[in-house]
Amino acid sequence: MRPAGKGPLDSLYFHYPHFPARHVPELDGSAVRYPVVIVGAGPIGMTASLVLARYGIRSVLLDRKDTFNDGSRALCVARPSMHILERIGAVKPFLDKALGWRFGRSYYRGEQIFRLEMPHPPGEKYLPMYNLQQQYIEQYLHDAVAACGLVDMRWQSELTGIECGNDGVSLNIASPAGDYRLDADYVLAADGARSPVRTQLGLRMKGENYEGKYVIADIRMDHDFPTERRAFFEPSGNPGGTVLIHKQPENIWRVDYQLREGESEEAALLEENIRARVGAILGDIGHTKPWELEWWSIYSANTLCLDDYRHGRVFFIGDAAHIVPIFGVRGLNNGLADADNLGWKLAAVLHGEADEKLLDSYSPERRGATLDVFANATKSTRFMTPPTRGWRLAREAALSLSLKHEFPRGLANPRQMQPYTYSESPLTPWPMRDAEFAGGPASGSFPPNARLADGHFLLDRAGDGLTAILFCDGSPGDEQAALLARLGQLDRRFVALPVALQGSAPTAGAIPDTDGEIARLFGAQPHTFYLLRPDLHIAGRWKALVADEILETARLCLGRATS
Amino acid sequence: MTAMPSEDFEAAYESLAMAIDSAGPEREALLLTRLALVLGHQLGDIAVFKSAIRTALEGVAE
Repeated sequence: MRPAGKGPLDSLYFHYPHFPARHVPELDGSAVRYPVVIVGAGPIGMTASLVLARYGIRSVLLDRKDTFNDGSRALCVARPSMHILERIGAVKPFLDKALGWRFGRSYYRGEQIFRLEMPHPPGEKYLPMYNLQQQYIEQYLHDAVAACGLVDMRWQSELTGIECGNDGVSLNIASPAGDYRLDADYVLAADGARSPVRTQLGLRMKGENYEGKYVIADIRMDHDFPTERRAFFEPSGNPGGTVLIHKQPENIWRVDYQLREGESEEAALLEENIRARVGAILGDIGHTKPWELEWWSIYSANTLCLDDYRHGRVFFIGDAAHIVPIFGVRGLNNGLADADNLGWKLAAVLHGEADEKLLDSYSPERRGATLDVFANATKSTRFMTPPTRGWRLAREAALSLSLKHEFPRGLANPRQMQPYTYSESPLTPWPMRDAEFAGGPASGSFPPNARLADGHFLLDRAGDGLTAILFCDGSPGDEQAALLARLGQLDRRFVALPVALQGSAPTAGAIPDTDGEIARLFGAQPHTFYLLRPDLHIAGRWKALVADEILETARLCLGRATS
Repeated sequence: MTAMPSEDFEAAYESLAMAIDSAGPEREALLLTRLALVLGHQLGDIAVFKSAIRTALEGVAE
């Protein structure tokens, strides 16, 4: 919602473009069958189209609106998402505009009780978190979509019907330019929390709704405070409710505040009440100068998801598949991981390189990530919006003790998003090899990054297909070289990254590990071998070379399992 | 005496919240007092127990 007298797109800082409906070939009787149609051009749908485009796959991208999101909903872009944006060639404007951060503070009755510090190892290329309004996220992705040449973007195009067959999917599309039918091999439903695709297929999400309601308001003000996450428990400006404050670009600040139990939602959303409450909260943080109201909305925490993110040839990605509480910034970030996860698998299948069975791993991997998010988010939601008297009392006890004691302060940790570990995935067949390692990233996890002598980063060198990181004395030995050749035959996109261990003389092409940091990060010794998937997650790791297992893992990830 | 690992402490927090709900508002004070007595008995150290009471009372008593 916006202040009285303003239209839904009258923003203080963002100019909304208007995208016309196009006259598409289907209106003239063309009946082309498309490999992929993506419903919903929000951040997740656009990212999916760009992941596919990276592999040369064309897609049609539909959105019923004529412009970007009306307000800033998603806000925090986490480090793993920055890697996804980098690999689809869209990260630069994000880095230029977004506000990076890694610290936070929690207060109880005005006193600081917890200092959040998200780890930022020196080898990492990106900060743990970046704040950027959703309109900018969509704008930058849309610029990339417009530039890539493989995405047929159709605004003002609404799905009115969907029919799933064994060989393909038919969609009925209504647009101001006319109505038509669209045929696709696969459909990606990226059409949000109220997904029309989901509704039309009669699928329902299951899970829990939480009682606590939050108002989210964006305001513009000159306010001198670094980009940090601030959480206020029992502040005097919002008695009985929690407050969160985040800084965004363009002097925009996000104020989230919890409504008191039994408070009328309708009354809370009236502009005068928004102004009064935000004003009191700003008084709490010492802001006495003028401020302007940009946009507001209301939110309650849910943990809902589909039983299966795949319905035949229809795949659900982002909010269409799962709705998670905002605390912990997992909505956008998990949706981007969905798009990335599905994108490389679908591309391999559409190129005829992978068996369709590869797609079976999408739902267990990403639904597993959702359930992991639920477990964490449920904990933070219970702390942010205690659902019952028991939870309220326990929280008051913990917070009041936190004023003078260290021991309960960790309970106020917001548990920010961590990338999920696919250790139980069918594509991670040798997790037991982790036992051979004293350290380093586990099978299924996202690997650490390392700064190289040339100023670049280790993960910059990863390829679009499988990537091997192997540790050697100077250069790969005969056995290693033979395995690399086999992997190269299996995967035309395969990239080998030999790391020359500290003290050895690197040959051409090997990455020198001058100070031994890369080997330390990966818990490596000579012959240690990591196999990364196209989304950079670790498909497997071997302390010493086990060629059969490595080749089998590669075949699984490439959809060429012989068994 | 060693401090509880943070994961266990979190589980303790959750068990406590749920126990208070199970007792209901009329009987929650009784539950919490009984819990304190059980813990004090298992602790077996009157000096530590009294110190814990002082910590808990701080900021609560007028």
